[in-house]
Amino acid sequence: MSERQITFEVLRYNPETDDKPWVQTYAVPCQEEWVVLDAINYIKDHLDTSLSYRWSCHMAVCGSCGMMVNGEPTLSCKAFLRDYKGNTIRVEPLTHFPIERDLVVVLDDFMEKLTSVKPYIIPKKEKPVEEGEYKQTPRQLKNYKQYTMCINCMLCYAACPQYGLNDEFIGPAALALTHRYNLDSRDGGRSQRQEVVAQHEGVWECSFVGACSEVCPKDVDPAGAIQQMKIASTVDWYLEHLMPWRGK
Amino acid sequence: METIQSDVVIIGAGGAGLRAAIALAEADPSLRIALLSKVYPMRSHTCAAEGGAAGVIKGDDSLDLHFGDTVGGGDWLCDQDAVEFFINEAPKELTQLEHWGCPWSREKDGAVGVRPFGGMKMKRTWFAADKTGFHLLHTLFQTSLKYESIRRFDEVFTTDLLVSDGRVQGCCAIEMRTGEMLQFQAPAVIICSGGAGRIFPFTTNGAIKTGDGMALAYRAGVPLKDMEFVQYHPTGLPGTGILLTEGCRGEGGVLRNKDDYRYLQDYGMGPETPLGETVLKTMELGPRDRLSQAFWHEDKAGNTIPTKWGNCVYLDMRHLGEEKINERLPFVRELAKSYVGVDMVTDMVPIRPVVHYMMGGIHTDINAATPMPGLFAAGECACVSINGANRLGSNSLTELLVFGRRAAESAIAYLNGAQKPAVDTAAADRQAAEAEGRIHALFDRKDGGETIAGIRDAMADSMESGAGIYRSEELLKDTTATLADLRKRQTGIALKDKSKVFNTELTQTLELSCMLDVAQAVAVSAFERKESRGSHQRLDHTERDDTTYLKHSMAQYRGEDAPAIDYLDVVITKSQPGVRDYSGAKS
Repeated sequence: MSERQITFEVLRYNPETDDKPWVQTYAVPCQEEWVVLDAINYIKDHLDTSLSYRWSCHMAVCGSCGMMVNGEPTLSCKAFLRDYKGNTIRVEPLTHFPIERDLVVVLDDFMEKLTSVKPYIIPKKEKPVEEGEYKQTPRQLKNYKQYTMCINCMLCYAACPQYGLNDEFIGPAALALTHRYNLDSRDGGRSQRQEVVAQHEGVWECSFVGACSEVCPKDVDPAGAIQQMKIASTVDWYLEHLMPWRGK
Repeated sequence: METIQSDVVIIGAGGAGLRAAIALAEADPSLRIALLSKVYPMRSHTCAAEGGAAGVIKGDDSLDLHFGDTVGGGDWLCDQDAVEFFINEAPKELTQLEHWGCPWSREKDGAVGVRPFGGMKMKRTWFAADKTGFHLLHTLFQTSLKYESIRRFDEVFTTDLLVSDGRVQGCCAIEMRTGEMLQFQAPAVIICSGGAGRIFPFTTNGAIKTGDGMALAYRAGVPLKDMEFVQYHPTGLPGTGILLTEGCRGEGGVLRNKDDYRYLQDYGMGPETPLGETVLKTMELGPRDRLSQAFWHEDKAGNTIPTKWGNCVYLDMRHLGEEKINERLPFVRELAKSYVGVDMVTDMVPIRPVVHYMMGGIHTDINAATPMPGLFAAGECACVSINGANRLGSNSLTELLVFGRRAAESAIAYLNGAQKPAVDTAAADRQAAEAEGRIHALFDRKDGGETIAGIRDAMADSMESGAGIYRSEELLKDTTATLADLRKRQTGIALKDKSKVFNTELTQTLELSCMLDVAQAVAVSAFERKESRGSHQRLDHTERDDTTYLKHSMAQYRGEDAPAIDYLDVVITKSQPGVRDYSGAKS
């Protein structure tokens, strides 16, 4: 197995002892098939047990290990070293979030926003389990399936310039999940979610740069979801103001 | 130390913990529920389950058939009353998930679709493409956000159960963000902390699966049941151990050795089935234990393919075609491409067996109750047992739903019972203070030259060599001796990180200690079971011995000593032990 020496520049921050973040470098003997996370685990196991970061599944589905790798929001378990030229890789915590410690960021803001958009089925009419499943055709499933794939890894928030400017913005992942439930044939909760989504910090804050969709490791396309919601909100507005008798 | 008063504390917020929390909140909105996890709920390892969840819904299937498959698949070590309850509840729970929004894959008319799975005589595995666990977890997590009475404590690491007068009183846990100890007082506790695959070196399990909840209960005096039964999944990617779902074979994938030969036909699972035609319960749709054991023999016979990550066989999916692979198995296609550089549409994928699941766990009864009043457990950390000596794929996702809810119902019944359990707050305070003292003491340890990684790797290697797919007295003697030694040596790990905030050196040290306790329970239970049954295969005792061992192993914690192993009768209601026949020749 061929080995490659790579210098990792890792942002360190311990709120108990550091005034501000600083960079520590580690020389890591890397295997060619490794991902960035493997190198970080090597550091933790063999070079510096004090480095803090989150990880678990190592298969790009638990969403724990998002980091900035050479300035790009990246899942470190899916960041293959073979795709990085040169001998230095810089690893930092996801930007736009407060740093809790080293590569660990504070997720409170997202957790609150996710809760605020009511990301669960609000049925049109309660149906007892004894009556069996709702029918949902493959076409109806396809309508929203893409937006169910979000692993909450937060890369899209780190990529979003609007969220960087204004953290009141609900942001890509939470809006994509809103759209996911709005589009589900079993759901009747769109009007309840609109209260949050149609306000200024909802879909209208998005300037459609599309960076969220570019970094998404699961091809959720939050930017597309937000644009579709803008159109739907606009239609709502016209229906309400030009045809006020509708839906009353 | 902050003290949080609750009615029920749930330790672990994966599938089982979330299901329990929702059941509690729905049953009684006034219940104070504390849901603890060392990670955010959506990071829980439930998310990595791929293939599906079993439950009888189609007209040609029956509860009896699911029962027979499960009990036979478990080599008759399952408790049959629990299996029957489980199978009856399964369709309801999966339908409930459907109502909560789980994006189950569908048939043309909009009905839920089912796929074939190993060891199952009928198609009964509900699936959401090849990310069933992920969707199940996120559906439960997002649904749980509806309930204000579920108070979540994300990223708190539970260190101890509080126990007084033989009854559970709550637990204490480190809040990772601050490093402060929190005390949770509650008359009922449900442990849903998942398995312990990380005690082995090569596993599908995520880093968090370190057996913490098993160790909590074990140290508090609750036996660990059937710990020697460890499931190797036959199709893991070499190197990383990433799982390629059994759905691959359910959809028609086949296994080949270095000569392109479908070797399973030589291990009682033949005759060879036509390519692209799945015949249920035979060849590639045999059970996981048999398939993993067949690999071991092929390897010994020199029929495997050497790779830089160890010897492999091939999973051949090429005949399925790109369209079907993209529709049914898009995630595993992506995983194989990314992690071993192979596109299963055009090439065969190298695979090898990989540690996947613990059939054993915290001893519970059919009500998800442990022998300790007030303490319940559900999901992989528990052993009810519906899985016996070998779990059938797609029974465990359903299990965490059925028994997650059951644990919640049992906890409510306990709270409302005639005795009205109350917390002895003075005793709880005292124990929590002692627990905090033990954590502080870890920071003052003298450096004995030991490292977390060093002891962890030695443990894992020893488990693989002695307690792997095939075991023997000689091999297990070595492993049990190594583990006893490592348990002592771990006190020589000095913490270099003295900080309180998100100190993962501290949590890794605690996890290592849990893993060592659990590993010892596995190895000693395996040593004492002198027969071969399901996933437990002994080179020196090759036959099943129903006279002596149609019994559950019960490992009882004995502090620094190795556990004592006792036995408990298996509950048999209607299926007497028979021959597990996976040959296609039968009627």
